[in-house]
Amino acid sequence: MLDAIVFYGLAALALASAAGVVAQKNPTYSAFSLIVTLCSLSGIYGLLGSPFIAVLQIVVYAGAIMVLFLFVIMLLRVKQEDHPAREGRLLKGVAFGLGLLLALQMTVVLAARGGTPIPSIYEASTPAVARLLFAPRFLYVFEATSILILAALVGAVALAKKEP
Amino acid sequence: MTPALQELFIAVVKILVIFSVLLGLFSLMTYLERRVLAFMQFRLGPNRTGPWGILQPVADGIKLFFKEEVMPEGADRIAFVGAPIVAIVTAFTAIAVIPYGPPFRLPSLGFLPEWLRGREVSLQIADLSVGILFIFAVTALGVYAIVMAGWAANNKFSLIGGLRSSAQMFSYELALGLSWVGVIMLAGSFKVADIVNAQAGGFWMWNLVWQFPAFVVYLIAGTAEVSRIPFDLPEGETELVAGFHTEYSSMKFALIQMAEYVNMITVGVLVTHLFLGGWHSGVPGLPPSFVWFAAKVGFMLFFFVWLRGTLPRFRYDQLMHFGWKVLIPVATLNIVLTAALVTWAHR
Repeated sequence: MLDAIVFYGLAALALASAAGVVAQKNPTYSAFSLIVTLCSLSGIYGLLGSPFIAVLQIVVYAGAIMVLFLFVIMLLRVKQEDHPAREGRLLKGVAFGLGLLLALQMTVVLAARGGTPIPSIYEASTPAVARLLFAPRFLYVFEATSILILAALVGAVALAKKEP
Repeated sequence: MTPALQELFIAVVKILVIFSVLLGLFSLMTYLERRVLAFMQFRLGPNRTGPWGILQPVADGIKLFFKEEVMPEGADRIAFVGAPIVAIVTAFTAIAVIPYGPPFRLPSLGFLPEWLRGREVSLQIADLSVGILFIFAVTALGVYAIVMAGWAANNKFSLIGGLRSSAQMFSYELALGLSWVGVIMLAGSFKVADIVNAQAGGFWMWNLVWQFPAFVVYLIAGTAEVSRIPFDLPEGETELVAGFHTEYSSMKFALIQMAEYVNMITVGVLVTHLFLGGWHSGVPGLPPSFVWFAAKVGFMLFFFVWLRGTLPRFRYDQLMHFGWKVLIPVATLNIVLTAALVTWAHR
């Protein structure tokens, strides 16, 4: 009962703020809305019994990545997004079409499941997540991803570095 | 009462008590900071309101209440009002997972209802399995208050203050998080209470000894995180008026100020719990108690004031260099060494 109230509250907040990200004219507000979305998603992860993922969601997305986004928006002092009207209309059409497609897919998937929740395959506690990530099954993928990110980092530094 | 209601009742009482204690501690700190700083500089500090000036925070509070609320004309209303709220909410939420002492048994007093007599109560609002990470996440969100405040005021000093602040916070947050990793590895748990209990036995068991590099890194990064001297560039008054909160007045200013002090108390509490053995006395034979915890936190708060009375301010580029090129490598090296040590000890 309490779970349901919290869940629907968070879900409504996530959806409303996600709509806000798209609808806002001011990019700073869009960024703030996105932060609210990420935080409510984190709440939902917590509700699903995985506090670790919930906290990571905030630390990584809401905490680190969004700060960088905001930083850039603030540094460039973007006030309003300005698209030429025709291009804007085209983009809106494409976005609407893609959204519709996603909604269709979700309806099909949910209908096929018959509304029963998908049973979780893995335990979600912190040691369980760690054991999965560092077991041979995912270890190579996990480490390869970190090397990719490191490579991207080095690349970004090399590109940004001024010629002496 | 049903057990669920009883739990709820206890939780609400705990929240109320901790909230009011923190508010009290905040006003006490504003007084003590001015007073101690004054003594360090051979001045007297506020000493006119009440005995020894102890009522100064009350006077300050009344003054701020009745001050005129000013909002700059070009300010962004929502973000301007939202920033102090975000600041205070994140500051207080971080406190929720911190324990204040070993579990405590209520005495069997006659006036207590049956279900409360002799009941064991943990001195903590929420005991999350990811406690320390939760604190990290919530304090990371605290940056937004500063970014919002700096951006919303439509004032160049505020904006520069906000930008400096966010740059400083996310450079030092990394070192701060890394300095916790060694401690977490030694305790084998994210729970604050487990980390404290892993340091039981005597002061040579404290992480101050076993994680000394991490202790130094955390002390520095923590001071930077709460933007206190020598890391108070975001509000460096000689350059930026008052940084991100230049345009704030009245109660909004008080809220921002309160959030800063609560964050400082949080850092003091965390240093105590992570490195100074929390509520353990450090001397074999003396039982763990809230008293040791309070004494250590008190010392840490004094330490922050002491720093403020002693050190000059960093220059901005020095600050960034120091964070990225000294603190983070030291913290990383510490993690590698600790990991090797833990693996070797488990073998």
